[in-house]
Amino acid sequence: MITCLADTLFPRAGQATVTVLEHLGCDVVFPAEQTCCGQMHGNTGYRDDGLGLARRACRVFADAERVVCPSASCVGWLRETAPMLAAAAGDDALVAELRGLAPRMRELTELIIDDLGVEDVGASFPHTVTYHPTCHSLRGLHLGERPVRLLRAVRGLQLVPLPSAEECCGFGGTFALKNADVSMAMLADKVRCVGDSGAEVATAVDGSCLMQIGGALSRQRTGVRTMHLAEILAARE
Amino acid sequence: MSEGFPQAARAALADTQLRRNLAGATATIRARRAAAVAECDDWQELRDAAEAIKTRTMARLPELLEMLETRVTEAGGTVHWARDAAEANAAVAAVAAAHGADEVIKVKSIATDEIGLNEALAARGVRAFETDLAELINQLGDDWSSHILVPAIHRNRSEIRRLFARTIAKGRPLTDAPEELAEAARVYLRERFLSVPMAVSGANFAIAETGAVCVVESEGNGRMCTTLPRVLVTVMGIEKLLPRWRDLEVFLQILPRSATGEPMSPYTSLWTGVHPGDGPEEFHLVILDNGRTDVLADELGRQALHCIRCSACLNVCPVYTRVGGHAYGSVYPGPIGAILTPQLKGLHAAPTLPFASTLCGACLEVCPVKIDIPSVLVHLRGRVVRETRGRVTREGVMMAAVAKAFGSRRRYERAQRLARLGHGPLADQVMGRWTAMRDLPEPPAQTFRSWWRERQG
Ligand code: SF4
Repeated sequence: MITCLADTLFPRAGQATVTVLEHLGCDVVFPAEQTCCGQMHGNTGYRDDGLGLARRACRVFADAERVVCPSASCVGWLRETAPMLAAAAGDDALVAELRGLAPRMRELTELIIDDLGVEDVGASFPHTVTYHPTCHSLRGLHLGERPVRLLRAVRGLQLVPLPSAEECCGFGGTFALKNADVSMAMLADKVRCVGDSGAEVATAVDGSCLMQIGGALSRQRTGVRTMHLAEILAARE
Repeated sequence: MSEGFPQAARAALADTQLRRNLAGATATIRARRAAAVAECDDWQELRDAAEAIKTRTMARLPELLEMLETRVTEAGGTVHWARDAAEANAAVAAVAAAHGADEVIKVKSIATDEIGLNEALAARGVRAFETDLAELINQLGDDWSSHILVPAIHRNRSEIRRLFARTIAKGRPLTDAPEELAEAARVYLRERFLSVPMAVSGANFAIAETGAVCVVESEGNGRMCTTLPRVLVTVMGIEKLLPRWRDLEVFLQILPRSATGEPMSPYTSLWTGVHPGDGPEEFHLVILDNGRTDVLADELGRQALHCIRCSACLNVCPVYTRVGGHAYGSVYPGPIGAILTPQLKGLHAAPTLPFASTLCGACLEVCPVKIDIPSVLVHLRGRVVRETRGRVTREGVMMAAVAKAFGSRRRYERAQRLARLGHGPLADQVMGRWTAMRDLPEPPAQTFRSWWRERQG
């Protein structure tokens, strides 16, 4: 499952996901019927639209053995939030469909570490990198050390700690627009910490947070760029 | 609320003194809490136990409240039931009138802020003196609480010195030293403790099986209020109840550690009714609903009533720690305020609060009673959209258009093409407000799906 955001604006993250998975021997399929998982609508209060799109996602991926997505927040939405809202809405059929999807659904690093049992994906990336644990990966999916273990195995990569790493970047979906000022206040601190880390690349497992952080790094001409974790894992520099 | 959260937050963000005071104070409490929690090997078990006790209590609330009433009455107290703020205020005022009291001293209590007790008493000619140092600071400054536990967290010492020099310590030399500021307050408050015949308190807990009421505090001023005056009135929300005495074992561990990062609060006061020759001669317990029964009707939202007001969620919230409490326009600020206020006062009264969060989950991680604040926020956002908005809003039209575009592959791919040119529903949602402060990458030469199509040949 490639997020609507990656599909439209950050195709390299999607391409890298395919590259990494194929390198690890997976048979990758991209059902072109997929659009959006419904997270934005669901989290913004448009429950029925969000659940409609979640239902659509369940059907598009009904036959897949594993559904892999390079976004912790989309995985969290389909595995946890959408079932909770569907139950509250009394939509038992959808709850059942989502329950059918959940055990097959994986965030990218979950699949690589838990299912494939791999830490070294054969990447080489001779750059200084800092890792931002996004809220949904850290406190939602509890990915823990998985992404960092993968990064540590990348040849040439120097991983530097991000100060106050566990603080939110201020994205929050439509929060970034509805509460743009607070979002920016949070982002300003995050960008300062990225700068303090001394990294030339900031990475994470959520494209949306990277869009937020990268948007400010670029606007401020910091000379630091963002890359999705998948892109680093696919690198052979 | 006269204005929404985004506008109020914008103003707060520009207050550099506030930002500095808040960032410093919340970082200190955060670190203290983290250390105090790390000392407990069974912290997660304690949280589970606390959550379970609260859930069980809510399921039997009417019966347990009646048990509390019986026990309090047996112990010589008087119970008053208040459906709303007006009834609660009238009950307190009636006690004051019966004793001819035109002054009362108060223990820090958010429930009495919620019902506007001080103003209601003032309207009947009764003056209320706050005795909690921070509440006193707010009262003297004609200001209001911005934090559940540290109501004057938005003030620093030199601001407080200037305030005291204008009010209770007129003409006396005063520096920013904490001891001097505390001494000025002490001198002022001691006179009240010794002369005012009636006190009003809130309650952290009340025990159904014994009728005991519990107040936890750091200064000892609360204990002065609950022991010195002849008459004591306690106002408690119905959700403060615990079934059994031994439930305190759990809550007296999790509350201080979560709140101030202490293993135990300096003052834990417990009393049951009245005892001749010891403490107040008269005790009144006002049991307050004020919207809480309605909250109980919402299966997802009702966990907000489990809150023990430790304020840990405020201190870790990336939104609260930057904007402070006033921006929430409610006596309950921060993450818990964002889910409690709209439920207590009605969604119409605070429609922007459920959106005042990035759903980062830091609140849930620290909450000692495991309230799933992010889930309740998402749920309440849905209720705001469904229950408070007219049929057609700009945002609603836009979201419907985007949902429609996402609803079929053909429409989605068309919208993608438009978005890449900077038009259509996907682009409209984002462009202007996003790029005011951040860059957006140039649209890539190719979408993922067109790359995939080419690759498949
Ligand atoms: S919601 Fe939880 S963390 Fe927040 S004040 Fe209440 S009990 Fe404490």
